[in-house]
Order: sequence, then structure tokens, then C-alpha cells
Amino acid sequence: MSWFISPRKLREQGVLGMNQRNIEYISGYNDRRLFPLVDDKLKTKQLAMSAGLTVPPLVGVVEYQHQVNSIGELLKSQDAFCIKPSKGSGGKGILVIHDHDDQSYFKPNNQALTLADIKRHTSNILAGLFSLGGQPDKAIIEYLIHFDESFANYSYEGVPDIRIIVFKGFPVMAMMRLSTAASDGKANLHQGAVGVGIDIVSGKASYAIQHDRPVAKHPDTGMLLSDICIEGWPGLLNMAARCYEMSGLGYLGVDIVLDARQGPMLLELNARPGLAIQIANNQGLLKRFDAISALEDVHMPPEQRVDFVQRSFSA
Amino acid sequence: MQQKIPFYLLVILLICLGLGSAVYRHINLEIPWLPGETREVWSVEARVEFTALGEPVIAQMAIPETQQGFTLLEQSTASPGFGLSYLTEENIPAVRWSTQDAAGKQVLYYRAQFLLDAQQQRPWPDAPQVLAAPILSETTALVAERLIEQARLQSADQITMAAQLLNILQSDDQQVQLLLQDRSVEEAAMLLMQLAAIPARQVTALRLKNSRRNQDSRAYLMVYDTVHDVETEDQRVAFFNLATGKEGRPQRLLIWELGDRPLIDLEGGRNTRISFSMQRDVAPVQQALEQKYADVSAMQISLHSLPLEEQKLFRGLLLIPVGVMMVMLMRVLVGLRTSGTFMPVLIALALMQTALGAGLAGFVLLVVSGLVVRSYLSRLNLLLVARISAVIIIVILLTATFSVLAYNLRIVEGLNIIFFPMIIIAWTIERMSLLWEEEGGGEVMKQGGGSLLVALLAYVVMSNQYVQHLTFNFPGLQLVLLALVLLLGSYTGYRLIELFRFNALHGRNRNAAK
Repeated sequence: MSWFISPRKLREQGVLGMNQRNIEYISGYNDRRLFPLVDDKLKTKQLAMSAGLTVPPLVGVVEYQHQVNSIGELLKSQDAFCIKPSKGSGGKGILVIHDHDDQSYFKPNNQALTLADIKRHTSNILAGLFSLGGQPDKAIIEYLIHFDESFANYSYEGVPDIRIIVFKGFPVMAMMRLSTAASDGKANLHQGAVGVGIDIVSGKASYAIQHDRPVAKHPDTGMLLSDICIEGWPGLLNMAARCYEMSGLGYLGVDIVLDARQGPMLLELNARPGLAIQIANNQGLLKRFDAISALEDVHMPPEQRVDFVQRSFSA
Repeated sequence: MQQKIPFYLLVILLICLGLGSAVYRHINLEIPWLPGETREVWSVEARVEFTALGEPVIAQMAIPETQQGFTLLEQSTASPGFGLSYLTEENIPAVRWSTQDAAGKQVLYYRAQFLLDAQQQRPWPDAPQVLAAPILSETTALVAERLIEQARLQSADQITMAAQLLNILQSDDQQVQLLLQDRSVEEAAMLLMQLAAIPARQVTALRLKNSRRNQDSRAYLMVYDTVHDVETEDQRVAFFNLATGKEGRPQRLLIWELGDRPLIDLEGGRNTRISFSMQRDVAPVQQALEQKYADVSAMQISLHSLPLEEQKLFRGLLLIPVGVMMVMLMRVLVGLRTSGTFMPVLIALALMQTALGAGLAGFVLLVVSGLVVRSYLSRLNLLLVARISAVIIIVILLTATFSVLAYNLRIVEGLNIIFFPMIIIAWTIERMSLLWEEEGGGEVMKQGGGSLLVALLAYVVMSNQYVQHLTFNFPGLQLVLLALVLLLGSYTGYRLIELFRFNALHGRNRNAAK
């Protein structure tokens, strides 16, 4: 294998480049004024709930500093929860507590925090420590996802999530992101998480990469990645497709997590989805985009769009 | 696709406008395309010496003007105790010195600076009226008549005829000797011109030779060819050296006075003597043009008309678009990541003030020590504004410390560190430290390295003397840059880095076949 691929070959593969993504897809299909809807997780959550999509249930929102003092009351009802900044990015400022007795709060690695620690963390979120550009923020407290046991061995510490690219309402490509020791439990591909390409028709793994290069097994657990199969796949596709009507964004990255008890839940939306999904699927996005752009009537209900995708994009 | 056509039209229009204005400036303002061309600037000094008689003195001296081949840049006088006025509105420009009471030896100085300027095409004054010849003795009139007749036969027009006449005057012919018996060669020449009805002026000229003192002026005869006047607008003029009778104007012949008059009119003094000294300077075109267009018409408005300080400022400002262009190229075509979009341009600007090596070392030193301090600040959980403010203060303190240290260690280059934009460095440190916490040190190295690389490239381009010359002298080229930026901004092709990043997709077809 040579060190680089010629632009002509890339074009043949239909690979979407960064410049084209920015100019033709993000500015072309995503209205700027819709961005706040997806950049603020609380707004996304409220939007999704009113659209009837399943989201991790909201335990509470802390908006003002004086509410921080009563946070103990709020947390009493929940065994496990996570506190995250509404406008955070890249998983910053997310505090996960999997058990507590109202005095000690335990992180997943069983480190104990006091209520004062929780309060300080919440204050930091409000002050904008984790938000983009340091603007004042809100803290969201939500139900902790119990991820599906079938994926327990595929992930190191973090929760695996599924990214689906939705173009004009059509889910076109999907991948699962598995955190690794190298990525420090985060599901960010450029930090070393494993990206598993998921066949859009069947929901089965088709290919996998780490650091932009193919891998066969999870580097920490040694599990064979090609065995991954997501149950209830059409449900996930439907959920992703409905995010189009909900957000109005024509080029969208939908992040979904699988909860062991409540099934797929919409985690967040991204108006600037990355390009690594193409490497994870070993396939370019452009051909699928073009197939959808070529459709004369794109005003279909979400189910019909999923149907179309499953008929057209077989591997 | 339809809205693309106005876009490309705009781009083409911008490029045409930019190149057009550059070509205009090149042709009309003679600004060279390349730097390093020089022009000669001559300083000519006239020294007027006389003995004052103890009564009111008025000395009026003819002074030279801008003329074909020479552009007057500036003039000045030195004449303590004398009142001074320039009579430039007169037909014949002059300078007049006056004083109520002067006795003994007096020395007056007049100095002019001329640009040797092949582009200067100011027309000569119109041909003078041919005056009626004075009444001559019979023999003289007869001799003159004959000489003119002889010259007329051997000539085609007024200039060739003048050439013949002056040629004859140089000969040892008896008739000529007769003519010169009671008049000088100059007077004889003018007399013959008058008799032959050839418009001519007796002019005073200077041969410019480098570093000469005590030079005398030379008498030249300037002959007009008025016959062609009607058809062609411009009049033909020829110069004859009256001492030798030779035709032609040497390149460095400055015509001092065109008025058929003595160089100086003096009342209240005697023993007048004028001598000239001259000095050549080789000035860069830039400087010469600045002086030439120091007072310009609206058409020729340029940055050269600004005060020097502001010019220097614009010299730097006009380079920024070039740097910005480099950043765009690196980001859009190559895909290098930089921390802070245009931070590399600012670093490049700072590097231009410092020496390259010292500047880079200083920058890295500042950023690294800033990062160390910042890593402590991040433990304090401060608000963003407070954090940045703290970093700014620390950066300034560090700068001061390094400067003092470097100075005491006799590293003069160390002082250059003050040229770095403090606020920008503080932001750089803040961004890099955030990046470090979020993405790890590798990413910091990647982006920091990318920034430095782009800054270096921008520095290399911006400090190139050709680039500097073009941007400053042809501001219209900025429009071309703007057009290129617009074009780049709509480029949707792959970045160079993506060719490596997507390399794994190489084997897709092969895998599919398996």
C-alpha cells in the first residue's frame, strides 16, 4: 500500500472532503439559525421529547447559582445519574455517578465524591468552564444510561454510541464508536476510539478502524469487531430519520445510545459531523448523497425514507 | 450553477482592475516592476560672489526649472542677512536676494536637486520672436549676407542651416574673422540667426559631472525649427555648443537659463562671479519617485504622498493580505491545522521585526513558559476572562524578564522579543493549554507545529523584497489577492492531507472482491 491515494481515486470512491463538506453540505443544507438547536443539548432534548423521540430522561436542570444548594434534594430520587454542561463539546465536564447514599457519590471507578464536590462541579458548569467560548451555561442532570450487556465487552469504560449521518432526512451511513484505553474512555475517533462501520441495511458491522487504519479486534478487550450486530436496527434508522423534521438540518449527525431497559435513545445532534465515518465504512459518502439528490420527490415520511435507504444502499 | 456566473465575473473583474491599475502605475508613474533600480539625483549649487558697495543690494539670478530629462526635486538657498524671494511665476524663473545695506565680499548660495529623469518630457518654451537685426556696417552686412547665402545652399531646414552657420563661424575664413572683429562668437551667432530669420535662444547650460567644484557655465545656442510647427504639434529643437559649434545635447546637460539674459542682475555690487559645484547621488527609484511625486495631482495619488511614518505602517499592512493568502493556501489546499486562524500571520509580522532565529527562539520560549504557568492557573478553576487576563500579565512579565536577562547576558537579539503581540500570545497559550487538557500533548504539538510552519512560510514570502516592492507600489494587486481568496474560498476539492488520511480506502475494491 502506498502512502497516499490519488485525488482521482478518491473521487471515484465518492469520498467527501473537508472543503466540500464545509461549502456544499454544511453551508448548503444547514441553516445557520438552526445551529443553536443542536449546540445546546437541553434545547435538543426538549425538541426531541416534543417530537416523541426517546431521550435519556431529564432529572433536572440547574440554571442559576442559588439552585445549586438544593441539588442534594434533586438527586435523592436517582440512584445513578450524570451531570453535563448543556453547551459542552467533546465530552467535557460530564460527571457520571453510578451509585450514592446521599453522602458519598461514587464514580464508575468507585472513587467517592462528597455533595460539596458535586456542587462545585455544577457551579463550574454554570460559570462556563466547559462550554464553548466560556459562555455561561446550564447544567443538565439526566438518567444514567445502562448500556446493553451485549456491548459490555466492546467498550473500555465509556458508553458506545452510534453515529448516523442523515442527509435530507435519509439515514445514509452509520458507525459505532467504541472507547478504548487509548481514547481515555472517550468515544472520539481522533483520540483513538475504534470506529465500526455499520451496514445501513442490516445493522451488522462491516468494517472497523482505529487511528484511520483498519482493525479486526477491540485493542483492549480483544473482542472480534465483526461480530457486532445491532438489534432493532430499523428502529434506530427511523429515529435518525425523524431528527430531520425535528431539527430542519439537511446534513446532520445523529448520536444514539442503546439503553438496556428503554432501547435506543437520542443522545445529541451534530450540525458539523466529521468525515471519519467514511473510513470506518471503507466507503465514500458522496455516492449515497448523489443517489438521494437524484430523487425527484424527497418529501416522504420518515418510514418511507428508511425503506428507500434499505432498498438502495445494500452493501 | 447560475449564481456561479456573476461570481466568476466578479473574480475576473477584480483581477482585471488589479492588474490594470498596476500596469497604469507602471507606465504612467514609471514605477518599475522589480525593486533595486536606481536613479541619479544631482545636487547643483550656484555660488554667487560679489563685492557690495555699502548701499542697498538687489541680486536677481535666473534659476533652472524642470525640463526635458530633468525633474526639479527641491531647491534652497543660503544667504544670511539677505531677504529672499522666488520669482517662479515670471517668464524666466529667478531668485531674488535683497538687503538694505551690505559692504565687502558677499557670498550667496542657491542649491537645486534634480532627478535625472528620462521620462520627463516637459516641452520647451515656445520659439521666440525673431528680432530685427541691428543696423550693421556695409561690409559686415555684406559678409553676413554671403555667409547666410552659402549656408542656405548647404542646408535643408532651419536646424541644418544653423548648424552650417555655426560651423562656418568656427573656421578661419577671412570673412568670419571680419565678422568676429568687434563681437564675440556668441554675439556673432545670434546676429547671424537674426539675419537668417531663424528663431533661436542663447542659453546658459551646465555639464553635470560628479563631484566637480568651481565649474563655469557654458553658452549654448538653442535653435527652433518652426517650419514643421504647423503639421506636427511638437517643435523641433536643437542645441549647439557655441564654444565648439558642435550640435547636440549631452545627456547630463542641464539648461540653467533660457532667457537670453545674463545669469545674474546685480545692483549695489561689483566683481560678480558665479561658479557651480555639483554632486551626484544614486538614490533608489523608490526614494527618487517619492520626491518627484511629493506634490501630486489627484490622478497620481499614491502611498508615496503620505508622511514617511505612515508609509512604513502601510508597508507592513499591505503585506498582511499576502500572509493571509499563505494561511488560506495551507489550510484549504494542504489542510494544516493552526491554532488560531490567522495567528501565524501575526507571528510572521513579529518575526519580520526580529531576526528569524532569535524571534523563533523567543516565541517558543514565551509560549512554553506561558504554558507552564497556565497549567497552574487551570487548577484554580478561574473564569475565562480572568484566566486570559492573568495569562496576559504573565506574558508581559515574562517578556520583561527575558529582555532584561538577555540584555545582561549581552544577547542583543533577546530584546526583539518585545515585538511579539502580547495579547495574541496570551490567546495562543490559552488555546494550546485547553487543547492540551482536552486532546493531549500530541495535538498541541501538531497544531503548534502547524502554526509555526505556516508562520515561517508566511514570513519567507512576506519578507521577500519582490513581494514587498509589489504590494507597496502596486496597491491594486490587493484586488488580485482578493480575487484569489474568493476563488480559494469556493474550492471544494480534496486537501493534500486527506490524500493521506483516506489512504485506507485504497484497498476497498480489493476487499470487496474477497
